[in-house]
Amino acid sequence: MRLQYPPNVRIIRVPCTGKVDVIHLLTAFEAGADGVFVVGCMEGDCHFMEGNLYAKKRVQRVKGILDKVGLGGGRLEMYNLSAGMGGRFAEVVKEVFNRVKELGPSPIRIAKGTAAAAAGEVATT
Amino acid sequence: MSTTTPSKLEKMLAAGNFAITSEVGPPRSADGAVINQKAELIKDYVDAINVTDNQTSVCRMCSLACVIRIKQMGLEPVLQMVTRDRNRIALQSDILGAASFGINNILCLTGDHQHFGDHANAANVFDLDSTQLIQTVKMMRDEGRLIGGHEFEVRPQMFIGAAANPFAGPNVELRVARLAKKAAAGVQFIQTQCIYNMEKFKYFMKLAVDRGLHEKVAIMAGITPLKNVGMAKYMAKRVPGMDVPDEVIKRMGGVPKENQAQEGIDFAVEQIEELKGVEGVRGFHIMAIEWEEKVPEIVKRTGLFPRPKI
Amino acid sequence: MIKAKEKPLEEIINMVQDFKKLLIAGCDGCVTVCEAGGLKEVKVLASALRLYFTQLGQKVDIDETSLTRQCNKEYLEELADKMDNYDAVVSTACGCGIQFLAEMYNTKPVFPGVDTSFMGVTEERGVYAERCQGCGKCILAETGGVCPIARCSKRMLNGPCGGSDKGKCEVSPDIPCGWELIYERLKTLGQLDRFEKPIDPKDWTTSRDGGVRKIVREDVSI
Repeated sequence: MRLQYPPNVRIIRVPCTGKVDVIHLLTAFEAGADGVFVVGCMEGDCHFMEGNLYAKKRVQRVKGILDKVGLGGGRLEMYNLSAGMGGRFAEVVKEVFNRVKELGPSPIRIAKGTAAAAAGEVATT
Repeated sequence: MSTTTPSKLEKMLAAGNFAITSEVGPPRSADGAVINQKAELIKDYVDAINVTDNQTSVCRMCSLACVIRIKQMGLEPVLQMVTRDRNRIALQSDILGAASFGINNILCLTGDHQHFGDHANAANVFDLDSTQLIQTVKMMRDEGRLIGGHEFEVRPQMFIGAAANPFAGPNVELRVARLAKKAAAGVQFIQTQCIYNMEKFKYFMKLAVDRGLHEKVAIMAGITPLKNVGMAKYMAKRVPGMDVPDEVIKRMGGVPKENQAQEGIDFAVEQIEELKGVEGVRGFHIMAIEWEEKVPEIVKRTGLFPRPKI
Repeated sequence: MIKAKEKPLEEIINMVQDFKKLLIAGCDGCVTVCEAGGLKEVKVLASALRLYFTQLGQKVDIDETSLTRQCNKEYLEELADKMDNYDAVVSTACGCGIQFLAEMYNTKPVFPGVDTSFMGVTEERGVYAERCQGCGKCILAETGGVCPIARCSKRMLNGPCGGSDKGKCEVSPDIPCGWELIYERLKTLGQLDRFEKPIDPKDWTTSRDGGVRKIVREDVSI
């Protein structure tokens, strides 16, 4: 659709968000991501049955961990979209970008001295 | 029926009369006078007075101290003992202590789990269960022997009781089988959980009578007068093993608030009258929790006052 | 198997916050099965701790490993040549493994990463339930294969109590009444006559009450 959405967003494609595990999300933050967003199929429409439901639980778990380690669970979110919702996808990315901008650079990047422009990562099916 | 102990309760039952017992709840302090006051209220209307043992796992003055006090008033106490808080050493030790003061009645219970009470963080004991406690008292009384084998001369002279709950799971048949097991262990009298579902209770009694249990064990029907509809609803919802039929709740709720207490007393009186005619019912255990002053009215209105001289 | 739960992260942070070189050591045994302390959980814990220390600006080295078991010395010995690299260890094995590791490497502070809870089974993924209390004298033959010590909240041998309600224990509606389970099983097996006979008080000497226990197998020990 060639819709515009903000730069500094790295998209990582996975066959199903069920493939995204807790450690992947944490590693992204260790690597310096300011925000991570998981975009999976609509609930009930998962091609692999419940993959997106596992992803939802894992995202909740990592949000909890992020709150406890001083990063804040707001930097991680899950969205459910269908493949045909290109317009909504662009909206989501903008929402995400604005939220991360508001939260500021990740304390990890600040601590490592690499805080420059805000950056975000999105894992999507 | 010959009696085995000096228990006045046993004698009353053996004489073929309806026996009446009631209970007093000890204070949550060291104020022993509370027991004297409560016992004074009911003493002429009952044959024996139970003192509960850390009921619902709320720490109170121990039953042992209270029954000694009641005995020293010249009255007839029933020591209640749960196996939740004491191991076999302490249980037998307390039985010997009670017996040394001439306590002649004991109610053997397993006890509510401690999560109900004010010390939910406590460890529990449950070295024995109620059936094993019954066996133990019987052995101490009839053989002068402790579980560990030690033999002794001066034995407890205790009339052995236990509880039965016709309304708990899984079904009435099993509750009767459990009663049979307690009878086999040596129980002589039973005080049931308080009754609101009369039909179910009558069915329980029928099964017990069919098995001949009514000849081995004196079953006393538990009656707790309802103070108000809130109490009925609370018991229906929050107390495990309690069966409060909708009709009872409706009845209580169907009268104005200020009349509900009297309605509850009236209902209790009706129940006792009806239960007098049920085969196997040998008496009534009136549990008027924090409402001991109503016991005289209930006993009088059911024609059971004055208590027969035995 | 032994079932455990991950300790809350803040508790673990509290234990390790003064150390600079940590080893998070997991176990491929019981704690892997209940997803509390296997390699997967070790990696997550290590990553979370790294995030914590980094955002504080503290430099802490955190290594990850998992042993086949921590309750056998042969496997614990595999850590011998790297132990000097660390000033503390967080073990996510069960309480047995944690202690054995601490015993072998007794000059290193060893911290528990899990709360070891009970011996039980996996009813379904993520749902672990207690089945055995290790009383040391198994009576399952008498109770139709359902244990009253482990599954009755009052460990009654002549249950059920008067609080058994609609198949549930008075302690919680999540706990089935152990004695109702026994009753149903004995019924299925045609052994309801077992209900009529009182069971005598238990000899607790073979359980925790008898003192700390040990099994010595003369036939296999040299």
